[in-house]
Amino acid sequence: MHYAFHFNVVWDHWRDLAEGAWLTIQLSALAMTIGLVVATVCAYAKTAGPTLLRRVVTAYIELIRNTPFLVQIFIIYFSLPALGISVGANEAAVAAMVVNFGAYGTEILRAGIESISHGQIDAAKALGLSRLQTFRHVVLFPAMKTVFPALASQFILLMLASSIVSAISAVELTAATNSLVSTTFRPFEFYFVATGLYLTMALGFRALLGGVYWVVFMRRQRS
Amino acid sequence: MNRTFGLSEFLFIVAAVRWTLLLSLVAFLGGGVLGLLIAILRTTSSRFVRLLTGGYIQLFQGTPVLMQLFLFYYGLSVLFDMQVDAWPAVALAFTLYSGAFLGEIWRGSIQAIPRTQWEASACLSLGYFQQLRFVILPQAMRISIPPTVGFLVQLIKGTSIAAIIGFVELTRAGQLMVNVTFKPMIIYPVVAALYFAVCWPLSLLARNLERRIDADLGIKRHL
Repeated sequence: MHYAFHFNVVWDHWRDLAEGAWLTIQLSALAMTIGLVVATVCAYAKTAGPTLLRRVVTAYIELIRNTPFLVQIFIIYFSLPALGISVGANEAAVAAMVVNFGAYGTEILRAGIESISHGQIDAAKALGLSRLQTFRHVVLFPAMKTVFPALASQFILLMLASSIVSAISAVELTAATNSLVSTTFRPFEFYFVATGLYLTMALGFRALLGGVYWVVFMRRQRS
Repeated sequence: MNRTFGLSEFLFIVAAVRWTLLLSLVAFLGGGVLGLLIAILRTTSSRFVRLLTGGYIQLFQGTPVLMQLFLFYYGLSVLFDMQVDAWPAVALAFTLYSGAFLGEIWRGSIQAIPRTQWEASACLSLGYFQQLRFVILPQAMRISIPPTVGFLVQLIKGTSIAAIIGFVELTRAGQLMVNVTFKPMIIYPVVAALYFAVCWPLSLLARNLERRIDADLGIKRHL
């Protein structure tokens, strides 16, 4: 091994890496927020909707969960324009992440919703709550609490999977690293540091979401 | 002159399924051996060993697979002072990746076996490896089958990422055909359908096995 490591080159370009990491965080957070809405609607439809709607939602979940994320991105970015729907790289990236997170999130939320005992729903009905009110206050909130750890893990998986959107030139951390590699010819150093950044972000988000769980669910219970 | 998307182009893509399957198989077998070792080491009493194996799992589950691929691809080149083929880099990266996930799945299965089973086999004066071999692992194996099959689906989908560093499997074959025919609207959905054809039966199998084992263990789930 006669390779001389030059990590100072990486330090010289820290600003580009930081911008890439910031875009990764933005894309992931945006996709998770919209994806959570999609998942909530789909989970409601799958547990309480009419048969046809339930089948459509099931088909969506099975299709997404049994095909690779990379191919889903290619379909959104390369296949859809042929139908006249043209989107930019960042928009396509967010769309692919929303569609992906929506499918996994639906299954997670559904498991939480089904863990709510039927007596709770009967009680809500007895109190005169409407179906939507019951879903919001009696079903969704406790269900969210039950499955929050699973949702948090899924979000971290989404953040890590976002590196794949570099394949369609959305300039997040991985794509920023790729372009630095091609101008500096220091692949190992840059990928090493970028991997470390991803690990830091994953650990950071886990800690942050743990804090969110405590603030939203635990503190309220105490008071 | 563009080629049209005909039978021979379609067959080229179908034929590439074997590279996806072969890569998945290599990673699954290699990762299986590694994962078993990790799972057993994770349940030993030595704190140092647990910390080391825990760190390995954290590292591979907390970073994007794409980054791991880049690191192995360029890292091996650095280590051996020459350009390495995509095959060894991709195979090694996916083996270590699945080793981390399988190790974590199987650790959970081993720890799900009640402590009394260990104690009972110790009372029968079985040694540590005899306890593992004859009492713990046979029981742990049963409950680990559904999540293991589930992970296999995740692995098969994950190998699509190898396309990004130029390894020719199903997704890359699709990309190559798009490059010569300019028909992304047909080709990527075909690629997705092929992944679906491989992964969906496995997903259904995992779900059925899970239901059967739950029934055997007397666990009732809301369905």
